[in-house]
Amino acid sequence: MISGQIQTAAYLFASILFILSLGGLSSQESAKRGVYYGILGMIIAILSTVLGENVHGHIYIIIAIAIASIIGIVLARKVEMTSMPQLVAILHSFVGLAAVLVGFGSYLDPHTQALEGVDRNIHLVEVFIGVFIGAITFTGSVVAWGKLEGKIRSKPLVYPGRHLVNILLVITCFVLGYFFTLDAGIAGITHLYIMTAIASFIGVMLVMAIGGADMPVVVSMLNSYSGWAAAAAGFMLGNDLLIITGALVGSSGAILSIIMCKAMNRSFLSVIFGGFGSAPSGVTKAIEGEAVSIEHAAVATMLGKAKSVVIVPGYGMAVAKAQYPVNSMVEKLKSDGKEVRFGIHPVAGRLPGHMNVLLAEANVSYDIVLEMDEINDDLPQTDIVLVIGANDIVNPGALDDENSPIYGMPVLEVWNAKQVIVMKRSMATGYAGVQNPLFFKENTRMLYGDAKMSVEKINGHL
Amino acid sequence: MIVGIPQETQANEDRVGATPKTVKRLIKQGFEVLIEEGAGRRANYTDQAYSEAGATIAPSAKAVFSDSDIILKVQAVNENEVSMMQENQVMLSYLSPATNTALLESLAAKRVNAIAMDAIPRISRAQKMDVLSSMANIAGYRAVIESANHYGRFLNGQITAAGKVEPAKVLVIGAGVAGLAAIGAARSLGAIVRAFDTRMEVAEQIESMGAEFLTVDIKEDGSTDSGYSKVMSQAFIDAEMELFLEQAKEVDIIITTAQIPGRQAPKLVLDYHVAAMKSGSVIVDLAASTGGNCVLTRDGEIYTTENGVTIIGKLDQLPAQASQLYGNNLCHLLDDMGKNDDFRIDMNDDVIKRAMVTYNGKVNWPPEPLPVSPQKPKTVVVENKTTHKAKPEKKQGWTTIISLIGIALFLYLVALIAPPEFMGHFTVFVLAVFVGWQVIWNVSHSLHTPLMAVTNAISGIIIIGGLLQTQSKLSDTMTIIAFIAILVATINIVGGFLVTHRMLKMFRK
Repeated sequence: MISGQIQTAAYLFASILFILSLGGLSSQESAKRGVYYGILGMIIAILSTVLGENVHGHIYIIIAIAIASIIGIVLARKVEMTSMPQLVAILHSFVGLAAVLVGFGSYLDPHTQALEGVDRNIHLVEVFIGVFIGAITFTGSVVAWGKLEGKIRSKPLVYPGRHLVNILLVITCFVLGYFFTLDAGIAGITHLYIMTAIASFIGVMLVMAIGGADMPVVVSMLNSYSGWAAAAAGFMLGNDLLIITGALVGSSGAILSIIMCKAMNRSFLSVIFGGFGSAPSGVTKAIEGEAVSIEHAAVATMLGKAKSVVIVPGYGMAVAKAQYPVNSMVEKLKSDGKEVRFGIHPVAGRLPGHMNVLLAEANVSYDIVLEMDEINDDLPQTDIVLVIGANDIVNPGALDDENSPIYGMPVLEVWNAKQVIVMKRSMATGYAGVQNPLFFKENTRMLYGDAKMSVEKINGHL
Repeated sequence: MIVGIPQETQANEDRVGATPKTVKRLIKQGFEVLIEEGAGRRANYTDQAYSEAGATIAPSAKAVFSDSDIILKVQAVNENEVSMMQENQVMLSYLSPATNTALLESLAAKRVNAIAMDAIPRISRAQKMDVLSSMANIAGYRAVIESANHYGRFLNGQITAAGKVEPAKVLVIGAGVAGLAAIGAARSLGAIVRAFDTRMEVAEQIESMGAEFLTVDIKEDGSTDSGYSKVMSQAFIDAEMELFLEQAKEVDIIITTAQIPGRQAPKLVLDYHVAAMKSGSVIVDLAASTGGNCVLTRDGEIYTTENGVTIIGKLDQLPAQASQLYGNNLCHLLDDMGKNDDFRIDMNDDVIKRAMVTYNGKVNWPPEPLPVSPQKPKTVVVENKTTHKAKPEKKQGWTTIISLIGIALFLYLVALIAPPEFMGHFTVFVLAVFVGWQVIWNVSHSLHTPLMAVTNAISGIIIIGGLLQTQSKLSDTMTIIAFIAILVATINIVGGFLVTHRMLKMFRK
């Protein structure tokens, strides 16, 4: 048993460790240390709680932790880097679920029932909000997972008047919350149930309405929610550590969402409340020219002649798991003395930084992996740009076609390079559902087929 | 038109003006080719090969000189050859016009139109006919091979059952074409290569070839518009000499390639440098024919100094290879001049007017200077950034004030109804949001996925809720709820941390 003061000190220490952990991620070198800080903080937090005074049923705690640890280890070991977005999404749902459960638990807790007056009201509001956020996070994350996994179609589900419906639902929850605080004892549990159901529904609809290309925003938004859910749980339990950690995670997710939105030139609210590409106001520019296709051997010859190559990967590379052959291509080109770099768009893939992780997995050294802003100026001097499975992030329409749904979104200006080769499965549009004028430019050649097979074939010719 | 290739008369010249392959090209361009018997012998090309390629074999140099319209040669012609030449004959060869004034005058007197291949300007368009580059490439390669031959040790490092072998250290002075070729060859043999050049702009090229760029602490750039280096200040030279001394003690092979056309080669490796070198070391002096970069070099000789340093002042020319490249350069030039059908001497052409050192009986030297090295555009810093920003900042100031007032009002309202305990937690909450906000902006873009996984793991802290709610009896609803909460939260913690760790392990420099 440790005293309350020591427990508080331990919590404070754990909070510091968590902050250091997040701070550590500012660079690759310190990132690993950051993870250890996080683990240490978590161990301290759990131990100091378990060893504290008001904890009972240690045996159940140990059993639960043991079972879950095994599941967690298996999950983390098994997951492929390409399905990282799915894993992250499903883990968010767990936090949401835990928040709902903790909310219910807190409501049923005899200590709660003993409270009176303002204290009781405040506490019930905390419980209510905690469960509300938790439920949205839970179902929203499950739907996000389904979309990323391909179990749910990724096309946005939009119906007229859905904003109104959502607002009505939220108002209903408010009303329910009011009655909930009035109920004596645990009689309010019915209200809590109904509200949970409504919040779950809101969570589903919220994510259903969002298109595949906005997935990075959704995932980081849910990340943020899971943090706020934890913070709300902290309020209901009067636990500062939970509040601090929840707030950290919440603001982290919010910042990521903002970064993603900026990268797509869309306002945060429109991503959350609107599906993508709500019918463009005018007619998009007619596209002139013809898409010219090219063969693998010819691409290899071009690469052989080029001095500088920039590779722009997109979700297509992730889907085809082409990162390994891409890396061997890069190694080959580099050993021939060519300058090879990667240009990564902030929203390439389905998760912030998705491409970086995939390239890192394939052992691509990170100092040749550059961000959009770093590489855009160099593109005019580049001999060849290889676009591997990317579409919207290299769409010139975003800059010059005001009627394009993605107008204003910063893109990689690959068409400024001397030659662009686009690897694509077909002429289909990207997630934004817009045709890409890049494919019809004079210096663009299309290489159709699965990204992995294409790159392997090019490697064979190199 | 007939293109004639006489045999080279200089004793140490093994190259020839055309190879069977380039003969084929010349014929394709429409020329007839006349080649002196045995012209390619020293470069390992037989007369039979030439005639198979379509050339006519001439019995003597005289026949070649009298019958040809265009003469392809490597070395400059001597007096005897000049006497055999015809009026209006075009001749392509090395001429060193800067130092060969007498020869130019005699060629002009004979009304021979001579093109000095070594005076082709070094502009992009003329690269394909730049014999200096193509020959320098060979010299650089050969310098490494020659030095490896005299070095008597491995160039690459090895760890064998018989013991460890240290890799050889090679210093290349002057990173022009020859220097870069030498770096490449030495690198591919496994040596550790360093290179020095006074021109800062070649640092990148040196590094791209895999060598370390050595430099002195004095900021002075030796590049000029001509692409060759200028003469450096005394302070720079002193520092340079000191650097070379330091290097001489360490390196096993020094390859010097510093040449200035029409001038004596600069003396870069002095006697005390050689004295400082280890016994068994090798110096290859590619500038031997113009006086040598090393003071101890003897042109056309390979010898070993008293302290055991081999100094090579003579290089095998790789005549077969060199003739092929030289011949190609000549073909490219003839291509540019209109091939057989509309062969012309265009004195308005940037390349021809500079390389044509004698024309219509006049000496056409020296030519007007031509800048070669690609000029880097000087970056102009735009100064109006500050004025640009001023307006939105003012506006921002107002919105900040308004939102601050809003926040203050909100906090006041909260404080009116909330109990003191809540206010404590609320303080912590708001401060934590701020800390998070500050910390997360620093996270590098490429680490966003790991960040998400780590925050995910950390948000598993909600496990504490479950821990606090667990009751001693399993039958209690709260225990069951708490049990599940702990379960899912732990999956989150363990899974999140592990997967982050897995991802970060993959990031490598």
